[in-house]
Amino acid sequence: MALTNQDIQNKLQEKFGDLVSNFEESYGLLSFEATAANNLKVLQFLYDEPSLQFQFLTDICGVNFPDDAGREISVVYHLHNLTENVRLRFKIFVPVAAPDVFTACNLFSSANWMERETYDFYGVNFVGHPNLKRILNVDEMDYFPLRKEYPLEDQTRIDKDDEMFGRG
Amino acid sequence: MLAHQQHHITLPEGSIEKQTTTLNVGPTHPATHGVFQNIMELDGERIVSTEQTVGYIHRAFEKLAERRPLYQITPITDRLNYCSSPINNMGWHLTCEKFLGVQTPKRVDYLRVIIMELARISDHLICNSIVGVDTGAYTGFLYVMQYRELIYEIYEEVCGSRLTTNIGRIGGFERNFTNTAFEKLEKFLKEYPKVLKEFENLFARNRIFMERTIGGGAISAERALNYGFTGPNLRAAGVDYDVRVHQPYSSYQDFDFTIPVGKTGDNYDRFLVRNQEMWQSLSIIEQAYKKVQEFKGTDAEIFHADVPEYYLPKKEDVYTKMESLIWHFKIVMGEVEMPKGEIYNAVEGGNGELGFYLVSDGGRTPFRLHFRRPCFIYYQAYPELITGGMLSDAIVTMSSLNLIAGELDA
Repeated sequence: MALTNQDIQNKLQEKFGDLVSNFEESYGLLSFEATAANNLKVLQFLYDEPSLQFQFLTDICGVNFPDDAGREISVVYHLHNLTENVRLRFKIFVPVAAPDVFTACNLFSSANWMERETYDFYGVNFVGHPNLKRILNVDEMDYFPLRKEYPLEDQTRIDKDDEMFGRG
Repeated sequence: MLAHQQHHITLPEGSIEKQTTTLNVGPTHPATHGVFQNIMELDGERIVSTEQTVGYIHRAFEKLAERRPLYQITPITDRLNYCSSPINNMGWHLTCEKFLGVQTPKRVDYLRVIIMELARISDHLICNSIVGVDTGAYTGFLYVMQYRELIYEIYEEVCGSRLTTNIGRIGGFERNFTNTAFEKLEKFLKEYPKVLKEFENLFARNRIFMERTIGGGAISAERALNYGFTGPNLRAAGVDYDVRVHQPYSSYQDFDFTIPVGKTGDNYDRFLVRNQEMWQSLSIIEQAYKKVQEFKGTDAEIFHADVPEYYLPKKEDVYTKMESLIWHFKIVMGEVEMPKGEIYNAVEGGNGELGFYLVSDGGRTPFRLHFRRPCFIYYQAYPELITGGMLSDAIVTMSSLNLIAGELDA
């Protein structure tokens, strides 16, 4: 009996009720949202429940929605059930003022660096992470570069010394 | 090689200040084949602990991608795993196609499969021959480089460049494969199997090579899955997960091939899995080439999908027709709005599942683009793989994991 997106949705709603919401299917992939405080419970349930078995963490990444007050930072988990070959996407939203999220390190060893990367770029504070420090950027950096408030440099700026760039 | 055979001198506590030695391997050590740093604590030659530092060549790809229209992102993907750029390029184009709802013709799919499998061979070839170098056999590496050259010549004939290929377009290829390209492919198919056999004979049952690699850097299937391993490294641990089979893209379902798996997940199994995968890739290329040859007449002229909104118009039209000129500019400057939505799409890269997570808010550039880089994810298992082993095995483990700094650091 193949596992369908509808089955997954039913199981989750049965277990978590209103704590999981916004179920949608884009390009065949089930996507839903949970409250930030429950991210670990949802991950654990998806991992343990015999009929779900989402035991492979494909990816964790952050997204920044600066206009969405109170839900500025999103953490997106991609999970994979390798036996049934079904993927799903699971999101949580936290305010940029207090981006605290529980770490998934105890469940997935792979979450360690993925969370460090998310911290590095979005400043998400993974509570309980064993080694939460910058990974790709320099340690001295005092901002979180992938947030939308830090735009890329204006390509048309003219105040640069051309000589330094081999154009003088 | 075995830890328990090492003789330890026991010293009374406090007789010297520190019992272990700290060794900096990298960032630019010749044996790391890339810019990685490892700060190792050594007890004699045995590794007590290690901490990796990555990010030396971080180039902010994900940030850059937020200001670039789709076509300008392709050259960024080149620079992820630069040993198999075409897979990255096509992975990105396949993601765009899935997102935009573009259907590609079968011939395009088969041509893509040929290029992607060539890229896989060149990727695995580098990795395996570098494992050879690190165990003391330089000859194999120098020898097979001549044959990787044949692959690069095919790329060159198809897209004009060799390493960072920027190959193809959304919907297909920039031009049809020339006869020269097919001739070069035939030459490769004829000459390469012999070389691969020779290369295999050089290593697979070589006593010295086996002693150096068996048992080193081993990981169980369970731990490998928990660490998010994918690709040959996961298959060496005994899990037959391959994106080409589990979520076929580019018509991989039309091909007959097996997924080689290992048992112990050690350096030797990783070598054997990659080696077997090269044979499988060769067979896929042969099948694909046969399928491509079956297209006759006008069918053999198809090399892209009919999607004028995303596929650049022909050059002669650009010079003579106003409409084409406009579209050329619109596409190059990225003045086409994307639909709203999000997508995760993965391909089987040289190192494992290469994923693209694209979030679009309906603008001209991605709102967010995240690359799932297999290297980055499995490199965190490195301390677990090497702790308790010898320093020299750690070096072999690093090369047999096929770490590519570009992919690691994005």
